[in-house]
Amino acid sequence: MYGFEALTFNIHGGYLEAIVRGHRSGLFTAADYNNLCQCETLDDIKMHLSATEYGPYLQNEPSPLHTTTIVEKCTLKLVDEYKHMLCQATEPLSTFLEYCRYGHMIDNVVLIVTGTLHERDVQELLEKCHPLGMFDSIASLAVAQNMRELYRLVLVDTPLAPYFSECITSEDLDDMNIEIMRNTLYKAYLEDFNRFCQKLGGATAEIMSDLLAFEADRRAVNITINSIGTELTRDDRKKLYSNFGLLYPYGHEELAVCEDLDQVRGVMEKYPPYQSIFSRLSYGESQLLDKAFYEEEVKRLCLAFEQQFHYAVFFAYIRLREQEIRNLMWISECVAQNQKSRVHDSVVFIF
Amino acid sequence: MVLEKMEMFLDNLQPMDLMRSEKMSFVQLIIPAESAHRAISYLGELGLLQFRDLNADKSPFQRTFVNQVKRCGEMSRKLRFFKDQINKAGLLSSAHPVIEPDVELEELEIQLGEHENELIEMNSNSEKLQQSYNELLEFKMVLQKAVGFLVSSNSHAVAEETELNENVYSNDDYGETTSLLEQELRSVPSNQSGLRFISGIIPRSKVVRFERMLFRATRGNMLFNQAPADEEIMDPVSTEMVEKTVFVVFFSGEQARTKILKICEAFGANCYPVPEDVTKQRQITREVLSRLSELEATLDAGIRHRNKALASIGYQLTKWMNMVKREKAVYDTLNMLNFDVTKKCLVGEGWCPSFAKAQIQETLQRATFDSNSQVGIIFHVMDALESPPTYFRTNRFTNAFQEIVDAYGVARYEEANPAVYTVVTFPFLFAVMFGDWGHGICLLMGALILIARESKLSSQKLGSFMEMLFGGRYVLLLMALFSIYCGLIYNEFFSVPFHIFGGSAYKCRDTTCSDAHIAGLMKYRDPYPFGVDPSWRGSRSELPFLNSLKMKMSILLGVAQMNLGIILSYFNARFFGNSLDIRYQFVPQIIFLNCLFGYLSLLIIIKWCSGSQADLYHVMIYMFLSPTDDLGENQLFWGQRPLQILLLLLALIAVPWMLLPKPFILKKLHTERFQGRTYGILGTSEMDLDMEPGSARSHHDDFNFSEVFVHQMIHSIEFVLGAVSNTASYLRLWALSLAHSELSTVFYEKVLLLAWGYDNIIIRLVGLAVFAFATAFILLMMETLSAFLHALRLHWVEFQNKFYHGDGYKFKPFSFASITEDDD
Repeated sequence: MYGFEALTFNIHGGYLEAIVRGHRSGLFTAADYNNLCQCETLDDIKMHLSATEYGPYLQNEPSPLHTTTIVEKCTLKLVDEYKHMLCQATEPLSTFLEYCRYGHMIDNVVLIVTGTLHERDVQELLEKCHPLGMFDSIASLAVAQNMRELYRLVLVDTPLAPYFSECITSEDLDDMNIEIMRNTLYKAYLEDFNRFCQKLGGATAEIMSDLLAFEADRRAVNITINSIGTELTRDDRKKLYSNFGLLYPYGHEELAVCEDLDQVRGVMEKYPPYQSIFSRLSYGESQLLDKAFYEEEVKRLCLAFEQQFHYAVFFAYIRLREQEIRNLMWISECVAQNQKSRVHDSVVFIF
Repeated sequence: MVLEKMEMFLDNLQPMDLMRSEKMSFVQLIIPAESAHRAISYLGELGLLQFRDLNADKSPFQRTFVNQVKRCGEMSRKLRFFKDQINKAGLLSSAHPVIEPDVELEELEIQLGEHENELIEMNSNSEKLQQSYNELLEFKMVLQKAVGFLVSSNSHAVAEETELNENVYSNDDYGETTSLLEQELRSVPSNQSGLRFISGIIPRSKVVRFERMLFRATRGNMLFNQAPADEEIMDPVSTEMVEKTVFVVFFSGEQARTKILKICEAFGANCYPVPEDVTKQRQITREVLSRLSELEATLDAGIRHRNKALASIGYQLTKWMNMVKREKAVYDTLNMLNFDVTKKCLVGEGWCPSFAKAQIQETLQRATFDSNSQVGIIFHVMDALESPPTYFRTNRFTNAFQEIVDAYGVARYEEANPAVYTVVTFPFLFAVMFGDWGHGICLLMGALILIARESKLSSQKLGSFMEMLFGGRYVLLLMALFSIYCGLIYNEFFSVPFHIFGGSAYKCRDTTCSDAHIAGLMKYRDPYPFGVDPSWRGSRSELPFLNSLKMKMSILLGVAQMNLGIILSYFNARFFGNSLDIRYQFVPQIIFLNCLFGYLSLLIIIKWCSGSQADLYHVMIYMFLSPTDDLGENQLFWGQRPLQILLLLLALIAVPWMLLPKPFILKKLHTERFQGRTYGILGTSEMDLDMEPGSARSHHDDFNFSEVFVHQMIHSIEFVLGAVSNTASYLRLWALSLAHSELSTVFYEKVLLLAWGYDNIIIRLVGLAVFAFATAFILLMMETLSAFLHALRLHWVEFQNKFYHGDGYKFKPFSFASITEDDD
């Protein structure tokens, strides 16, 4: 029913779209960030936040505040909103919303497994997990010794199970393996999500394919940069790239053989959308790349709100809120450590 | 001559209280820093001054009194913590009005801090105790339940194995039972061939997943037994009672053991060792029980102590909360003030009603005196650019009506207030649609109950629905009274007519006509003195008669109310000295409306008085289609045709009259003023060059002719079309009234009378019950609601669009009373 979403979308999706757009208007604006950047102490930040939608979540915190508390409470707000939307959603929106959290699940799995490998306390690890990526038996991940067990014991019950088919090996877990597992899982997840969105069709497919392609390409670049100088072979590296996106397939071929950052830049500058990102960086500089990617992503996510009658707004909202929480965390850290000059290094303005 | 007299009369009219909003003054306060806090809190008690935020460009933490605000926030957090604790402990924070000397804020802060520390300490102590208590309790349950499994498994198991196990146990020294709690778990010592087990307890919701996980981890080589625990155990974090299940897992092998232990840990299952030896079991059970009772006593003592502390806090909690809220409000207000250059004074600006100036002056003097300040507070009136806020002094009776108007839009400053008329017209229009004196009496009783319990209800918290009902109790009272009045006119009591005002004017022509089928009635005496003759009821011409009556009445009421609206626009224009609006808006509007619909009303009245059979539809329609034709039998009075032609012409003239002159006159006035100004600017030749484009632009900014013209056009078209559609809209009075009476007739005849026809008491009771429910829910609740909404619409749209702008903003004084009122 391409182009005819307007006829039927509001039957099930109208209420939630209104909700999500309402939430979106609660995102911080540049004025808010300016005020936040002027804060002298964490209490000032709390005071400023108490006038925003975060107010009720922070009002009962005793006064010597920590950055972690702020981040935790702000995340709690996002989770509450997510859960509310999930409760109200019907198919296929509920599946779509579920898909939005699989990324966090993968991260949590990797976090727990890496943590147990380094013999950290499970409870401590659980506290670090993103609440959106929690699933029932996550704590029992600590039991597993290798990939096969990991899959057979725990993950077979989770929605991540199908993504695991690529990486079932009997090898013992080590840092390298886990990182490869993360990327393999992510690849499978992104591809699956993309397929799902294409199946939904309409504006959702159109916008989500853009957003997910960007995500896939960003991961490809990050994988390349992170694997430079490691023992990962070119073929292995190429296997980790998702099989869609702007770079697929020719860009992947070229990325796979890159040996340093400048080669990556050379590859990426052939693609007009990414040219602007890389042209802003001076040669040999990779710290700012993350920020540049985040800025580009935020721009695309904001654009998703320009169209109506599609699901990408939910994805975009969750992503934007996460970015806002990242910003808040950075500002709070800077304020707490008296590094206010560095505040603007990593804050990505949304509006 | 007559006009002048009118003017004189109107000028000498007493100003009505509620008609215009209070005169407001823009005032400036210059307060010495030392008396600022006191002055502001006195003003808060007075509650008649609305401060303007002079620091709007500053973020909250850049303001002067930010630290105090933060401290208040921290204190209110502590108070919320206390309230939460008190609620959790199940105590009622009864607001005993303990008369105690007012504590200073600093003292209170210290006091609160002490209380909080005390509470937190007590909580952590009791938490520790609770935890060990829980552990013991769980252990007890595991012992009770697991023994059952062990016995049954032992009896099934091979005899030698049991022996073996027992041997192993006898080697095991159980002297360490005192340190049971520290001992995380204990399983049967290594025994390669034998079956080993782990026993423990787990929340019931996790059992299934736990079992599945165990099954997978051991590849099915285990036996899982479970039994629900008898008691619920309190979860120390959420303090909720959780149902738990005791389990015993049998397995073999060391590797499986580590795995199972890890899984237990991951699932939050607590493992407790259970010896297989019966005597030891008994010994441990005894020990656990004795320690449990000990702990219970300690816990109880702790809780009693804590409750005492909480209760002592609870006595003052409300007072403290109010105090902190006030202090916070004072500092928030102080933050709105500006420091002057010398940093010794605070400068505040705000609005106050003009009548309150003396009061404020006096309050400020008191504040100066009380704070021993050398310098008095300066208070003077200033000029303001922005328009003042709107403030009506309402009482509890008029308040609800003012709310009805405000819900549409707050009146512009000093604009005519429709609430004055709404007090009567609203309940009356409601009653026209809800005319039944039986239902009216029910409503009246409801309203009277609400009013009688006013003092009690206003102090307690009500649900949102009750709150609304209670807020509108006086509206309800008037609505009920008017319904009784209209019900008497309609002569309906639960749709039954009564001979209250004497006998009917009609009687049967002969004795054969029965009650059920009244035909051939003839009039034999004077008309029924008040309202509708009861004989119409049930007659064949009942509906045509009532419809014609109610329809005409609706039109009369509508035209009257719309005329009132237009006349109010005249008073508005007079009040604001806007003769243009009178001449080119009010006059043509009133002519247009009255030439068409005023004339219709006149016809209706003439027809009623003369008893003529003229067809009014025909008259009205042919007045437009062919005004020159002869009226024939529809002629009501002499000279009707020329009058109609005259009225039609007047109406036709009125349209361009209200459309064209006003924008052109405005334009002319503006060009005159503009020319005057250009001469002034031209005088300075230097400014001329750079001012030219600017002044030209400002000319366009100030007066855009096309915009004004389009606006006027829209306004006129809306009025002309509105005159027709609004009159038609008043017919809803008839429609709703018809629906109401028909519905109640149906319920009365088809339910109550039908049931009464049977000689069976049960059927009669059922019929009565159905009738009562239908009356209560459909007629009293839903019909009230719908009549209310339609009356609301008639006021908001048909009445108020004639004169009411409603683009003002409300006067919101800084007042402690309103702050303590809206506590969550």
